[in-house]
Amino acid sequence: MSEIQNYILNFGPQHPAAHGVLRLILELDGEVVQRADPHIGLLHRGTEKLAESRIYNQTVGYMDRLDYVSMMCNEHAYCLTIEKLLDIEVPERAQYIRVMFDEITRLLNHLMWLGTHGLDVGAMTMFLYCFREREDLLDAYEAVSGARMHASYYRPGGVYRDLPDSMPQYEASQWHSQAEVDEQNKNRQGSLLDFLKDFTDRFEGYVDEYETLLTDNRIWKQRLVDIGCVTADEAKDLGFTGPMLRASGVPWDIRKMEPYAAYDKVDFDIPVGTNGDCYDRYVVRVEEMRQSNRIIIQCIDWLQNNPGPVMHEDHKVTMPDRMDMKQDMEGLIHHFKHFTEGYGVPEGEAYCSVEQPKGEFGTYIVSDGANKPYRLKIRASGFVNMSALNFLTEGHMLADVVTVIGTLDIVFGEVDR
Amino acid sequence: MSQYYSELSDKVINTLAEIETVKAVVAHGELTIEVSKENLVRICQTLRDNQELAFDTAIDICGVDYSTYEGSKAYTSRYASVYHLLSVKNNHRIRVRTWLDDDFPMVDSVVSVWSGANWFEREAFDMLGILYSGHPDLRRILTDYGFIGHPLRKDFPLVGQVEMRYDANKQRVIYEPVTIEERVNIPRIIRDDNRYAERLADKEQAGSDDSKSQGESA
Repeated sequence: MSEIQNYILNFGPQHPAAHGVLRLILELDGEVVQRADPHIGLLHRGTEKLAESRIYNQTVGYMDRLDYVSMMCNEHAYCLTIEKLLDIEVPERAQYIRVMFDEITRLLNHLMWLGTHGLDVGAMTMFLYCFREREDLLDAYEAVSGARMHASYYRPGGVYRDLPDSMPQYEASQWHSQAEVDEQNKNRQGSLLDFLKDFTDRFEGYVDEYETLLTDNRIWKQRLVDIGCVTADEAKDLGFTGPMLRASGVPWDIRKMEPYAAYDKVDFDIPVGTNGDCYDRYVVRVEEMRQSNRIIIQCIDWLQNNPGPVMHEDHKVTMPDRMDMKQDMEGLIHHFKHFTEGYGVPEGEAYCSVEQPKGEFGTYIVSDGANKPYRLKIRASGFVNMSALNFLTEGHMLADVVTVIGTLDIVFGEVDR
Repeated sequence: MSQYYSELSDKVINTLAEIETVKAVVAHGELTIEVSKENLVRICQTLRDNQELAFDTAIDICGVDYSTYEGSKAYTSRYASVYHLLSVKNNHRIRVRTWLDDDFPMVDSVVSVWSGANWFEREAFDMLGILYSGHPDLRRILTDYGFIGHPLRKDFPLVGQVEMRYDANKQRVIYEPVTIEERVNIPRIIRDDNRYAERLADKEQAGSDDSKSQGESA
């Protein structure tokens, strides 16, 4: 008489469907998951500890590296918390720029998610389509900050600089003829806003393309419908936010509920799901892309007609203009102080959160009045979503675990911090 | 915003009055209450179940080590466990802080109230060594297997205590004491900045007028 035991499977950390470095211990009965125990922390870099030893502005760069698919949204939450403690108001133009780039970031994130989720479930084409569009958006990142991923473009008090008037051009080489390059440069003749305008005109059609491929696709539906269902009460109990919560039918969005930056001045809708399964999360995210596109169009219109400062003018807190630094004594002193000492933030504590593509991303700063945060706690939505994995996969098949991990939209930079 | 939160503060104090008298502070448009660790779970349950408050989501739970705090407020305890709660139903937030013992920081777990608290408490245990009694699975979460110490405690060095490398002779990864030294490029400085003092004093004044239950002020 042999004793029947459950099979323990080690999934990851080097598995393409583990989205990075997830080590998952699965207890299987045949092919049915009995228990899933995620081991995280393989990408832990101690961002919170590092922040305690650095002046406030130096940590902006670390924020990009948390959720490295939604870079600027992370910076936004961090900057908002400092601005709250300093009690300063960001110029309106900077608020619109932040909204525009938050939405570009949301598109970047959702495109990445859709592409890789498609890949996990078996739709190779999605990956190629989504990365084609990401290229344009990353070019926008590059034009404004010089970096394609880790922008560190937002600063407490505004954004680092105004939007550029020209876009970088492709150059002919032995691999690309002049005619080819001219074609590529066609939409890069104007400013960054013209380039984005051209993108938003095309993007709605792209989303239609994705939907024709997936939304009514029989294989896609068989893999997603009724997998990992969460009811509204369960979702709240588990701490879900963002698309994970909205797919369960709760119309909760920080952009509407606690509007920050210029979100109360733009027009958009919040999509909600009904079943709270993987398919609903897919539909919600696709609709969010359309809404983001709407917001970007409104921001472009506003930004084209309203020039103005993009940085708060209290140079005790924000960097002075480069020309001032060279010619004005006070500007020089401010510049020197910024790089040798930073600025002090008044004693107190604050928590600020933004609607990052994955959910609520918040930072909690305790300040004792010094030029470095006393304690910085990062609330990452991926961490919370990950913690629900056992709940979501219990009783599902092994192949569904991959679908659920994909739909959680986890990025290990923010889960492990 | 502050107006709404000072009203909410009164509501919270009245609701919790039968359990204990809580200290409430409204600052930066956020409500903070301080509760004793003995009643924490009961208070959390009330905060969740009372229909007017309905804090249905635990947004964040973290520990704070106040041992090197140099601000004007003097804190008697070293550790605090801080809970950020959100009511999706009523769209408001609250911060609950509870002070813990210095040498044996322990508090009851709130996993029974919000199951989302599970990993947050594991993280606080890992990072600061706060023990959550009644937690179903209090293991380390972010640090390495076999890690010693609690990294976010203020007496834990920034460079860590061990470093890891592959040893070709032993043909495995080994741990050794760190060889790098901690380097401070920009020292930590607190300046007397009177720009904020005035503004904050005004706010605190306004805050204590509409909520009678102001905690000790700065």
